[in-house]
Amino acid sequence: MKNLWKITLATMLLCASVNPAGAAEPIKIGSFLTVTGPASFLGDPELKTLQMVVEDINAKGGVKGRKLELVHYDTGGNAKDAVNFAKRLIKNDNVDLIIGGTTTGDTLAVIPDVEKEGVPFISLAGAVEIIEPVKKWVFKTPHTDRMAAAKIYGDLRKRGLTQVALITGDGGFDKSGREQLLKLAPQYGITIVADESYGNKDTDMTAQLTKIRAAGAQAIINFGLGQAPAIVTKNIKQLGIALPLYQSHGVASKTFIDLAGDAAEGARLPAAALVVAEQLPDADPQKPVLLAYKNKYEAKYGPVSTFGGHAYDGLMIAVAALQRAGGADKAKVRDEIEKTQGFIGTAGVFNMTPQDHMGLNLDAFKLVEIRNGSWKIVE
Amino acid sequence: MLEQFFQFLVTGVTVGSLYALVGLGFALIYNASDVVNFAQGEFVMLGAMTAIALLGVGLPLPVAAIAATLAAILVGLLLERFAIEPAQGASVVTTIIITIGAAIFLRGVALLLWGKDFHSLPSFSGDAPIHLGGATVLPQSLWVLGVTMLLVGLVRAFLDRTLLGKALLACSFNRAAAQLVGINVRVMLRLAYGLSAGLGAIAGILIAPITFSSYEAGVMLGLKGFSAAIIGGIGNPMGAVAGGLLLGVLEALGAGLISSGYKDAIAFLFVLMVLFFKPTGLFGHQLVERV
Repeated sequence: MKNLWKITLATMLLCASVNPAGAAEPIKIGSFLTVTGPASFLGDPELKTLQMVVEDINAKGGVKGRKLELVHYDTGGNAKDAVNFAKRLIKNDNVDLIIGGTTTGDTLAVIPDVEKEGVPFISLAGAVEIIEPVKKWVFKTPHTDRMAAAKIYGDLRKRGLTQVALITGDGGFDKSGREQLLKLAPQYGITIVADESYGNKDTDMTAQLTKIRAAGAQAIINFGLGQAPAIVTKNIKQLGIALPLYQSHGVASKTFIDLAGDAAEGARLPAAALVVAEQLPDADPQKPVLLAYKNKYEAKYGPVSTFGGHAYDGLMIAVAALQRAGGADKAKVRDEIEKTQGFIGTAGVFNMTPQDHMGLNLDAFKLVEIRNGSWKIVE
Repeated sequence: MLEQFFQFLVTGVTVGSLYALVGLGFALIYNASDVVNFAQGEFVMLGAMTAIALLGVGLPLPVAAIAATLAAILVGLLLERFAIEPAQGASVVTTIIITIGAAIFLRGVALLLWGKDFHSLPSFSGDAPIHLGGATVLPQSLWVLGVTMLLVGLVRAFLDRTLLGKALLACSFNRAAAQLVGINVRVMLRLAYGLSAGLGAIAGILIAPITFSSYEAGVMLGLKGFSAAIIGGIGNPMGAVAGGLLLGVLEALGAGLISSGYKDAIAFLFVLMVLFFKPTGLFGHQLVERV
């Protein structure tokens, strides 16, 4: 928090001092993120990333001779605030484009306004509903929960496991993930033999897992965020359940391994390549991008998370589009974002089309296993 | 089926003991001052987070645990001295609102000190589950149960057998009369806050290896502890203990036998039923008799 203040102050001073009279007007990038509140572990690295990258680009002379200016509001995870801030960004701050919407709820709430006003909007939230059906002005950079479900099922098939127990939390991410898991199961020939849930603030899930133990499952999938999946993982060990455990990309952070400890050994999950950057083969085109972002972020703020990576991807896609469009004309920038091809980001290689406003395929996810307190790619 | 039932029971009793400890803290302060201290959950969080922080700087676990408990007691005493005492003579509602403010303040301080991340404490004696019949129990759960029983016994003995404890109870029965017979009500109030803070902190340290802790971990535990105190009849320390155990078992059975989605709803529905049909709580009756 202290750092944040210093950075904000420094950025302000910097802007004030290096803006000589007569310089070209800055390109305004609007943002609304969940920097405080329950989803702050998502929004906090996103904001830091945006600030870091904007500062970096400006130090190199900006885009087409114009500096970038970041206008940011904190929604605290409240969708109603998100709508107000989006309106303010568009009408009062006259931003040229918007990168933000940490949570699916925040993002979905502002889409009607963004579409009406015609402002390019790159969302940082997960759910597939954001880009399906396609909305003219709305794009997103994170992998969808459907991709996570598909990746997990693909691995289950490979291991010949078909009887699966689900245990999910009560948040938006968890519920949306559960829906996708249920929807995709028949396609992969998976039978759901138990479907349990818990509150994200619960401190004990042994009751639900005891039911799962009796259900005859061959594997357990836990789709959730925060500390709850770590408790589930520990409880599974405690009950002596020896089934393979799958987690979602929501726990792809070092915190999860630290919390769950030994119990996490052997758990598998789909994750962005960022968490296994060092293990990628040198020929992988993503590797230099990942390492560059990771090293820069860690030098400045500490351990990197995949969520900040989504903000990096969003901003860099926007910058490339601004460059190609030769300015900040909203319609041109939108068209150029849609034409993003072969862009190498932290989440994967983006190939957007008029039908696909995310542009990632299943290869963008790596299936990783937790071994000796670290991630190992298993495919 | 019987195995499952036994497992639910083990879960319920473990979680219930924590609710009991938090509920006991509520009851003690309510006894001494008719005030519901909504910062009780924050004492739980403070105990856990301080212990984790002290362990992080290299202190051995037992030392860290004791130091964290003492630190929480100190915070409890400071809270009483600088927030509750200056408002002496204010209505009960005002004092309750002060405790809500204190809770938000403590959460904020914890956020600044330790950030938003979850932290965990290593288990006191390993993570290998113990098999009991068809159920499995964590060694940490036995610690929770054992320490809770010990503390409840000590509090009980303190209230019933010692002059100080009896003086504390006297304040709850009739404050003016207690003052007239020479009991220093102000000291009793400090004692109640210190004791509650200590109990809360110990609960936090016991549970941290199982459920982890973060700056806002106290909110839900506080709420559940309060429910335990209500079920048992607020102001009755042993009622709060029984209420906590009942609540924990009910939650576990609800999640296991009915539906995990309705777990909290079942627990809170039970609180409402108690309030409807026996507004003084299941064991509140005894208190009236003693008066």
